[in-house]
Amino acid sequence: MALVESKNLLDVNGIRQSFRRPNGDDLSVLEDVNLSLREGEIVGLLGRSGSGKSTLLRLIAGLNFPTGGRILYHGRPLAGPAQGIAMVFQSFALFPWLTVLENVELGLEALGTPEREMRQRALAALDLIGLDGYESAYPKELSGGMRQRVGFARALVVHPDILLMDEPFSALDILTAETLRTDFLDLWCEGQMPIKSVLLVTHNIEEAVLMCDRVLVFASNPGRVAQEIAIGLPQPRNRADIAFRKKVDTIYISMTEKAGERARRTHVERFPGTGIATVLPRLSTNVMAGLMEAVAAPPYNGRADLPVIASTLNMEIDDLFPAAETLQMMRFAEVAEGDIRLSKAGLDFVQQETEDRKRMFAEHLMTYVPLASHIRRILDERPSHRAPKSRFRDELEDHMREDLVEQTLRAVISWARYAELFSYNDDDEMFSLENPS
Amino acid sequence: MAKIRLPPTVSIHARGVLPNPWDGVAFVLIIGLLALVAHAAHEMTIPLAVATSSPISLDPHVLPEYALRTTLRMILALLASLLFTFTYATLAAKVRRAEVLLVPILDILQSVPILGFISVTIVLFMAMFPGSVMGAEVAAIFAIFTSQAWNMAFSFYQGLRTVPKDLDEASRSFRLSAWLRFWRVDVPFAMPGLIWNMMMSMSGGWFFVVAAEAISVGNTTITLPGVGSYIALAIQKQDLQAIGWAVLSMLGVILAYDQLLFRPLVAWAERFRFEQEVGKTAPTSWVLIVLRRARLIQALATVPRRLARLTGAYRSPAATSRRIAGAAGSRRMLLGDILWYTAVAAGVAYVAWRIVAFLASGLGLHDVVDAVLAGFVTFLRVVILIALASAIWVPIGVWIGLRPQAARVAQPVAQFLAAFPANLLFPVAVSLIHRYGLSPNVWLSPLMVLGTQWYILFNVVAGASAFPADLRYAAANLHVRGWQWWRRAILPGIFPYYLTGAITASGGSWNASVVAEYVSWGDTRLTAYGVGAYIAKATNAGDYHRIMLGIAVMAIFVLLCNRLLWRPLFLFAERRLTLD
Repeated sequence: MALVESKNLLDVNGIRQSFRRPNGDDLSVLEDVNLSLREGEIVGLLGRSGSGKSTLLRLIAGLNFPTGGRILYHGRPLAGPAQGIAMVFQSFALFPWLTVLENVELGLEALGTPEREMRQRALAALDLIGLDGYESAYPKELSGGMRQRVGFARALVVHPDILLMDEPFSALDILTAETLRTDFLDLWCEGQMPIKSVLLVTHNIEEAVLMCDRVLVFASNPGRVAQEIAIGLPQPRNRADIAFRKKVDTIYISMTEKAGERARRTHVERFPGTGIATVLPRLSTNVMAGLMEAVAAPPYNGRADLPVIASTLNMEIDDLFPAAETLQMMRFAEVAEGDIRLSKAGLDFVQQETEDRKRMFAEHLMTYVPLASHIRRILDERPSHRAPKSRFRDELEDHMREDLVEQTLRAVISWARYAELFSYNDDDEMFSLENPS
Repeated sequence: MAKIRLPPTVSIHARGVLPNPWDGVAFVLIIGLLALVAHAAHEMTIPLAVATSSPISLDPHVLPEYALRTTLRMILALLASLLFTFTYATLAAKVRRAEVLLVPILDILQSVPILGFISVTIVLFMAMFPGSVMGAEVAAIFAIFTSQAWNMAFSFYQGLRTVPKDLDEASRSFRLSAWLRFWRVDVPFAMPGLIWNMMMSMSGGWFFVVAAEAISVGNTTITLPGVGSYIALAIQKQDLQAIGWAVLSMLGVILAYDQLLFRPLVAWAERFRFEQEVGKTAPTSWVLIVLRRARLIQALATVPRRLARLTGAYRSPAATSRRIAGAAGSRRMLLGDILWYTAVAAGVAYVAWRIVAFLASGLGLHDVVDAVLAGFVTFLRVVILIALASAIWVPIGVWIGLRPQAARVAQPVAQFLAAFPANLLFPVAVSLIHRYGLSPNVWLSPLMVLGTQWYILFNVVAGASAFPADLRYAAANLHVRGWQWWRRAILPGIFPYYLTGAITASGGSWNASVVAEYVSWGDTRLTAYGVGAYIAKATNAGDYHRIMLGIAVMAIFVLLCNRLLWRPLFLFAERRLTLD
């Protein structure tokens, strides 16, 4: 590879990142990630929470160091935070004790910019981003949207080549987020911003299609680039356009195919033998039932387009995908080609009253969620019908990360409570078959 | 544990900054009460039948028993403090007329040097139980109580005042009886803060139990079997080995009650935390898990509830309209107010007159000037030492706090060091100062912060570990480094935490000055000029006039520090340095 001659602003080559677990094993977060960033483009990193996209962004920002691989900025390896790379944070990351102006000037101050130039550039950046008059305000006096504008101004004022954006709109309400996106795109298209290229991390598919020239779809566990999708629509884009909807659909299909494949894989191939070691999402049975009811009702009548149902129910993909996959795992639904289709059992479930729903749910839980049937069997076998949580925790920790163990156990406890399959007392951390009398 | 910000131990949240008339009222009442007691003690010229208990032995084998006795005193005092907290703070929070008086009183009580309470009250307690050790025991327990109760009551009062509005409205709409509401809403809500304060109180208590077990006021000398007297005797006999044994046994005791008492309490109180931080691991305790699994104990735990139900304390009051409507009601209120405030004013005037009379009977103006000068010197000491301790521990604390692994190790160690009664180590310092002929005025000073500096360390560690990761990243991304990083990023970030530590440390240092400015090792006695030594000297001489004067001067200094320095800083930190 002729890296030095590359015209790319940024090259990420074979990045690996792993953390040492307390028991000594390595936990892989990113595996063999490659990407490049050229002048004049906005590239999106799209994936679910926990897919490692934010970790990658922090590596590119030079805030952490990868376990393996190379990051080249202007053809030179990155060593720590680089001069021309600025970042915008999901949490805004404004210093509460500094005024808007002081926050914006901070980066210039660190560069040793002369006072007059510093003031001039900061005011220009605030002006550009629509914050005149707010110079002396403290961040806590501002609304979320205004705070993020300060975040943008602070990043732009140092005139970076690359702007890294870590879910910059996801802490804002829908309306504010849309205004900010449009303002940002306007400035970008008019070439008013002193930046050459943007890398945007997001979990919002429509946002990615709206803003990016290319989208890299991330897969999780370990995080890696699963697919690259060029958007190729002219700006400004319209969400209602057929071409726009098609792109959104394509990405949904690509993201659910991977997931569907994984859900099918879980019992049979991935963990032969017990099969208890499937990571379960923390998902309320209310959400599962609600999703099934929505899909069963008109106009969908049992089959719905995922992007459509997502916007109808106002669900982000971090909520929708786990719900859809769990329904698939429990054979209440099937997810394919960007659609969700209820199975016969799923349609049946929706028709039932509470007691019968619980009974059906219990049956499916016992049949298709091996961990649930495993816990139930242990409790049945023991004379006391009691077992401590630590027993299952230890068992699961052989297969997955501690935080996922906790999440999985919480999920199975909540589902089993609904199904009245077994009970759990958080005070003494005991599973049992008894219900509180 | 690292993420919890400890509440400060002074009344930071009370309204206003400047001292108001009610502070004056409270001050007069408390000093007056103490003067009254001192006066009574002064009159008792008859030599009290000196409590003759079995003589203290320096054999290390008796230490477990001594440690047990000392711990028992601590626990009894803690129970008394709880009882005081539940009654006093509840009264202050629920009765408007009581509140205006009770809250300033608590504030003044916190400023009175704890050893002052011992000096003044011990003779009274001895007189209450003539010829028996009981009097000395009660005096010691009372002394520990005075070191524990005030901040607990404050934290509980603040808890009661900040019960969320919706919880308050829910409990009123269900017409919970006062008793049920107290146990189901008020106590649980205030519990996490109260438990942290109990832990702080316990740490403070160790310092004074050591002082309270072996004390001589004038010609009354008391030694109660316990670690404190053991150390006193070891100091007298210059037995370093015995002091080593005592330190070791203290280590054991502190570890034991941390595991057996406070860890379970903290883990248990976790469920009362109103706001749940996501992703934070909750504290755990093996003792608590054992207790929860034990069915017998679970059954026993329901007894009080059953009793309360039997006695009908849970039952809602009959639906009566408590408000008397109209002008008649408000007129009656006004009349009540007038009567109440007149009574308070009259009481204060009388007590003020008695104080002046008492002090004037044995002191002149030059004595007052003396005491104030001494107070000023001690004030300088506290300021310089807190500044020095901060200069040392803030950078170290930040370094530790930003490294999770180091913080996990350092945090419990710092908390432990804060709990350790530093006065156990004073004799060693004295022998060194004496041997090298150093100036006591300078070299006794560090003893004042020996035990209290750790509050600065562990609060700074907590602050640095709670510093948001995104702000760290943002600073790095903007290339903020060196002095700019300290000034713009981390120092403002940890300041609220640092403040809590510094407030606690300075309060503790004032208290410690009574012991630290006046220390002995065998026959060697070292004295530094200051109000602490002034009080200690007067105590030794049985000079009640000067004891009272010293206490009053110190209380005023502490109060002014809190009001004019700490509270404004704290309000500033709340307003400017936090995002929400």
